[in-house]
Amino acid sequence: MANRQQKQVKQQGQSGQSGQTKKPSKETTKNYEQYVKQFTPKPKYFLNSIKAFVVGGLICSCALYIQNMLMDKGLNEKDAGAYVTVILICLAQLLTGIGVFDSLGKFAGAGVIVPITGFANSMVAPAIEYKKEGLVLGVGAKLFSIAGPVLVCGITTAAIVGMIAYFIK
Amino acid sequence: MDYLYAFLIGGGICLIGQILMDTTKLTIPRILVIFVVSGVILTGLGLYEPLVNLAKSGATVPLPGFGYSLAKGAMDGTEDGFLAALSGGIKNTAAGVAAAVAFGYIVALIFSPKSKR
Repeated sequence: MANRQQKQVKQQGQSGQSGQTKKPSKETTKNYEQYVKQFTPKPKYFLNSIKAFVVGGLICSCALYIQNMLMDKGLNEKDAGAYVTVILICLAQLLTGIGVFDSLGKFAGAGVIVPITGFANSMVAPAIEYKKEGLVLGVGAKLFSIAGPVLVCGITTAAIVGMIAYFIK
Repeated sequence: MDYLYAFLIGGGICLIGQILMDTTKLTIPRILVIFVVSGVILTGLGLYEPLVNLAKSGATVPLPGFGYSLAKGAMDGTEDGFLAALSGGIKNTAAGVAAAVAFGYIVALIFSPKSKR
């Protein structure tokens, strides 16, 4: 069945190419997209969502547990929250360095990417990958290849929000 | 009870991320940016603060929480004048960013790339 359709697509592709233009016609690309679609595995929406929900929820609950523990030791809420963030970031970066985070990410998807752990991972992963390019332009620059845009967009929006709040007041 | 809310809200935010990843062609960096920016905007509109009060870590640990502390710092700073409003966001997140940069650099120096299985 798939083979037959492949032939069809091929034929249509040829007829498309035999036209005057060298670029593949719209019809050809459309057919090709359909053809590719048949073979790309569909993501298991439900299972992925459950995994992301549970893992993400667990990370947040653990974070709350650590925060409560720190607050019991006499830290105020703001400082405890900052410590929790730092702990999570360091943990995620360490796991990325060891190579465990990759498998975690494959299993939980957004469950580990959306919490702050994903931000930490996105800094270290490209930095390690480009280590060969040197300590400045390799590690130093690639540390920000994904985190950079996040920081730029976040800080810009925050500055605008701050300005608006200042002038409205 | 706090833990339940943290679990539900934190899990829910991750669930939104997973759905975005599966159903749209957005790449991961774009999703990270969308989450942080939406966190900032929601905080600016005053919609994210109730969520933080309810779920605590459940709302501050996911990336919109990063946007929340950015916007919170900027908005708290407005009481101390223009400069504080400008710098408040970065000041509020300085600990996290500094830790991420410094520790990230050290980790990247120590470990070497792993071949993908």
